[in-house]
Amino acid sequence: MTDWTSSSVVIRHKVGLHARPSVKLTQLAKSFASTVQIAGTPEGPWIDAKSIVKVMAMKVKQDSTLYLRARGGDAAAAVTALAGLVERDFDEDKAHAASG
Amino acid sequence: MRHPVELKGRPAADGIFAGPVFFLSTADAVRQPSGDPAIERRDFDAAVAAAIAGLGALVAGAEGEGADMLAFQIALLEDDALLAPARDLIGQGKPADIAWRKTVDAEIVGYEMSDDDYFRARAADLKDMRDRVLRQLSGTGGLGSQAGAILIGDDVPPSLFLEADWSKGGAIALRQGSPSSHVAILARARGVPMVVGLGDIIRDGHSEAAIDGAAGLLILSPDLPQKQLWSAKADALSARRDREAPFLDRPARLENGTPVELLINVAEPEELAVLDPGHCDGIGLMRSEFLFRDGRPLPDEEMQYRAYRRLLDWAGDKPVTIRTLDIGGDKPVKGLTPEGERNPFLGLRGVRLTLARKDVFTAQLRALARAAMFGNLKIMVPMITLAAELDETAALLDQVMADLARDGVAAKRPPLGIMVEVPAVAVAPEFLAKAAFFSIGSNDLTQYVMAAGRDEASVAALGDPSHPAVLRLIAHVANFGRERGIPVSLCGDMASEPRHLAALIAAGLRTLSVSPASIARVKAALAEIKTN
Repeated sequence: MTDWTSSSVVIRHKVGLHARPSVKLTQLAKSFASTVQIAGTPEGPWIDAKSIVKVMAMKVKQDSTLYLRARGGDAAAAVTALAGLVERDFDEDKAHAASG
Repeated sequence: MRHPVELKGRPAADGIFAGPVFFLSTADAVRQPSGDPAIERRDFDAAVAAAIAGLGALVAGAEGEGADMLAFQIALLEDDALLAPARDLIGQGKPADIAWRKTVDAEIVGYEMSDDDYFRARAADLKDMRDRVLRQLSGTGGLGSQAGAILIGDDVPPSLFLEADWSKGGAIALRQGSPSSHVAILARARGVPMVVGLGDIIRDGHSEAAIDGAAGLLILSPDLPQKQLWSAKADALSARRDREAPFLDRPARLENGTPVELLINVAEPEELAVLDPGHCDGIGLMRSEFLFRDGRPLPDEEMQYRAYRRLLDWAGDKPVTIRTLDIGGDKPVKGLTPEGERNPFLGLRGVRLTLARKDVFTAQLRALARAAMFGNLKIMVPMITLAAELDETAALLDQVMADLARDGVAAKRPPLGIMVEVPAVAVAPEFLAKAAFFSIGSNDLTQYVMAAGRDEASVAALGDPSHPAVLRLIAHVANFGRERGIPVSLCGDMASEPRHLAALIAAGLRTLSVSPASIARVKAALAEIKTN
């Protein structure tokens, strides 16, 4: 069994991981072949980051830490990409920055 | 041949129509179970695929928050974690609709139990998604054969109205529903006749019906004389529309050529797609409640900013008056409006509520100030009673401007005006002379002056906006505005009704904001009004 590639990132979104961010997160996770999982604590439980039903059910709130891990050929890229999406606050501030 | 059945409901949108009926399935629509798990599984997969395809088509035409919520439903329908339990139940011999309902309902409970408003509000999306698949399973999913028909159902969600094809006419008849619902507002804007509160409408072999929106009348299986009557009414209506049509792209004028500024009331940005800005002088009332639908997450500043910019893009350099959040009363929004008020119309609504929720108010004012860079935007505050409320709002707007400037965000301070709908203000407008403009909300003003609830059928006759007491207050506000150089307009329903126009002009008003569907009719009626 190969090892997991892991990372963690703080959710800044003001209502947490709700519908719109969850759609983006799962869509991005699905673009990788690796198994991608997320959890609310380093010990898990780990859930499938490609399932919107399960991601939403975590009810992750603002300022909580999201733990990411992936296993597979593109695991490193998957973890980097997902952490980046969360760090960029799901790209929701882009329009704000551009107009401001 | 069925005997005619005549049903009386409440008028929601004017117009005459006769044609085939199209019964919308309710969420409990019956599916004939096949008894074969393989067939149930095949139908289930097909229904999910059809629901996804339908949502995909809707996403293409939707924007902002609406598109996000549709994308959320698509993501759910593509998630095996949701589909697998339903497929397992089907494999165990459960009919597809029952398996699906059981699976989604279990998921919905998780959302409804949440202590977080945002998650709890998602339950409505899951129900909508569930019903989309159920409609497919009961064979009534498509609205394909709906064009040119009278839609009959319990109630209709706005999404379904927007999905429907109204190019061949059509109408809506609802067992429940309300004339103040979103769908009724859309129907009035699109000129689709609609009657609500019809009670039981039994299908019972009826295939044709006739509807009179203004009279609140639905006749199932009309007989020959009734059909002839309807056809005569429809002819009269279309003759009237033909007579009014030439006025549509002319400026609004009285008989002697005096110009009248004619603005429009807009509830949904989607309405603008079918409207030509050249037909009016701007938007006199843009209700911002479309962003704050019950059961949806609260819109953030960014989402609001984008929505307001789209309105300004549509209007070009014409004025766009956006009313700050006006909920409470008959417009509850979960997580915002108080629950259990004994008399919500006299409770925490309009500016009273937004001043109590500064977080929400600040986000809206920030979005408005940022959008104001891109057009002629004005802010209108609803339910103002005291000068202190306007002062507090103005101070909040000043703070917002200072914060935006400090952060280097481009913004402009829009003029701050008020709705005149509380009798205290109509009687003594001098206390609010600081307002940049007055817009008389004749619907609420009438209900408060006449002490007759807007949605109470039993006192509907009392709620007459042309009662001398109401007209006297309107004239008083118009005179006060003229003396003090404060622009005064009227944006209630009465401005859209030709029979009230002469009284409004006599009261001194020269700016009116009307429903988009009535532009031509109002212009035609104004052109006949003589003044000295």
